[in-house]
Amino acid sequence: MDKIETFLHSLLSAPGLSGFEEPVRKQIEDEWRPLTDELTTSPLGSLHGLRRAYASTPRPSVMVAAHMDAIGLMVKEIQGTFLKVSKIGGIDPRVLPGQPVLVHGKKEIPGIVQMIPDRLLNSSAAGSPPNLSRLFVDTGLPEKELQQQVQPGDLVSFASTPMHHEGGYISGHSLDNRASVAAITVCLQELKRYQLEWNLWCVATVMEEEFLQGALTSAFALKPEIGIAVDVTFAEEPGLKTYTTFPLGKGPTIGTGANVHPALQRKFKQIAEEIDLPYAVETMPRGSGTDGMAIQITAAGIPTIVLGIPIRYMHTPYELTSMADIRRAGRLLARFITSLEEDTLATLFTGGDQ
Amino acid sequence: MKTPQPLPQNLRPPLALLERLSNAVGVSGDEEEIRQIVQKQIRSFVDEITVDALGNVLAVKHAADPNVTRVMFAAHMDEVGFMLVQEEGEGSFAFEPVGGIDERQLLGKPVQVGKERLPGVIGSKPIHLCTAEELHHAVPQKNMHIDLSPGCASKAKVGDFATFATRFQRNGDALFGKALDDRLGVATLIELARVNPGNLEILFAFTVQEEIGLRGARVAAYNFQPDMAFVVDSTPAFDLPLVQEDEENTQYNTRLGAGPAIYLSDAGTISDPRLVHFMVKLAEEHHIPFQFRQPGGGGTDAGAIHLTRSGVPSVSISIPGRYAHTPILHASLEDWKNTLHLLNLVLLHASRSILTPDR
Repeated sequence: MDKIETFLHSLLSAPGLSGFEEPVRKQIEDEWRPLTDELTTSPLGSLHGLRRAYASTPRPSVMVAAHMDAIGLMVKEIQGTFLKVSKIGGIDPRVLPGQPVLVHGKKEIPGIVQMIPDRLLNSSAAGSPPNLSRLFVDTGLPEKELQQQVQPGDLVSFASTPMHHEGGYISGHSLDNRASVAAITVCLQELKRYQLEWNLWCVATVMEEEFLQGALTSAFALKPEIGIAVDVTFAEEPGLKTYTTFPLGKGPTIGTGANVHPALQRKFKQIAEEIDLPYAVETMPRGSGTDGMAIQITAAGIPTIVLGIPIRYMHTPYELTSMADIRRAGRLLARFITSLEEDTLATLFTGGDQ
Repeated sequence: MKTPQPLPQNLRPPLALLERLSNAVGVSGDEEEIRQIVQKQIRSFVDEITVDALGNVLAVKHAADPNVTRVMFAAHMDEVGFMLVQEEGEGSFAFEPVGGIDERQLLGKPVQVGKERLPGVIGSKPIHLCTAEELHHAVPQKNMHIDLSPGCASKAKVGDFATFATRFQRNGDALFGKALDDRLGVATLIELARVNPGNLEILFAFTVQEEIGLRGARVAAYNFQPDMAFVVDSTPAFDLPLVQEDEENTQYNTRLGAGPAIYLSDAGTISDPRLVHFMVKLAEEHHIPFQFRQPGGGGTDAGAIHLTRSGVPSVSISIPGRYAHTPILHASLEDWKNTLHLLNLVLLHASRSILTPDR
């Protein structure tokens, strides 16, 4: 395991559900501190890392954003020695039975999500798919202790230990979107040996899984000239191959559609081809469903592009991806940023587009 | 209620051993890892250990008098799991369950495959790409895949066994782990091997292939020719929430924390009432909490043992466990202690006179 895989492993081991990102933000702060000139936290909790341009005159800025929040569960009700839960983010309840979790009460309490077995259901409900009304969390704590330690609103995160697979693949529960946080970190590492012509804002956003609140507010605060959202996209899976899925381990995706500025798309493709970096074009017929949606419409509007890292089994307790694609996305970002020169802004968007 | 007598000083629930046994892998037909642990642990406490043709570990503590009562204790070493049945390329395999597993427990679960314990994932299609219709149905196991990742394509092969990749964890009284059915029983028998009983021939059978039809126990009992048999297993505790909070749960089978579960009857055995009475009396005299497992379906190695040769008086006693045959079971340390305590008394007090008069 190299440094970036070790870092990603620790990111995947941290909670940090939407709206409660502090545990994962602290890890990113530690990693980014030596790679940036300034680190601040926004009023909503997003992390802003600045690499300053090496110039005596004011320079434009580019913002690279990846959300750090994760999906999970929240305690809804205490029922005897069991907890009933609701969802934070888009979770298919069918993945929940048998899932180990951590209940973040007054202390961290291990538990299991389980379902009411058919034996205890009337025959018409037997065999039906797991559904939140028939799911519960079992911590094994006695009723009184549970009442003292846990209350409605407490977070419940997946306790899926990350796994490392032969050939540079990794699996775990919040690759969406900590894989992209790792990619931005690769980019920052690559940029260590460069002086930048533009200011670079690396942003780990909050609440993407809710409704992009972090990206919206950080883009407003930073008002960059260019916005780049890095998020995960669907990889081909055993038994699943459509135009919405991309080969795993064969490079990041570059988005195309309303959310992506054509000039930026051209530039990214051109760079990828120059450095012989494999990529796929991801069609986004309507929106991208990423932070890019919020960044693009911030203030007077920001030219935006969306990059994707293909992962399998998105929004399940074990997502799986390729470390090579994470590194490639990081290199592509770094190469784009070093291509930005003092006068780039004057020429980049003058092709008659948009 | 009187306080139960404390567990004898020499007996301790061997938690570290249970952790090792729970984390070890031994799917039915592939019990070698468990067999190694068992043999190593009991070697210095028994007079004889053999491994039979199926892989059962048969261990004997001899009595001085060879004509004395022969008492068999059985616990199964195997656990439910999977077998890779078809290679699909790029490190993906179709698989089938080994033993009874509810397919709704599988999506999104990590597994370990083969002797090298390669990490794999039973993948689940992203919710974003499922149709509303798909979301309303459980995914059939036949449509699932074990994904070892494209980098592992050549390392696993059809026929490899797999099981859940779960690590044992304890939180106070709560024991969480895979395969507690029946590594709890295995650990119990290992601890009991330390007890020096009265004048009894003690026969320990650590059996194979329980989960696919009680196949190990059958030949173990044939070999041992016991006068009576006690089967130590784990049985489900269905003391769970219901859809309506005011409903009464009449199908709980057993309750966690209510003590060892003595069987009266299950799908394969009607317990020998003399052995039931013997255990109940011991539990009551020594104030050890116990419960009767609700009569009903399911079964243990007793189903095979009591039909061996001309018949063996048999009874089962189980440590209750929630969520059997899923990635993580939940059992109670207190229940385990009480089971150990009661079985220790069984060892000290069993005699042929229990079996008179006739059944």
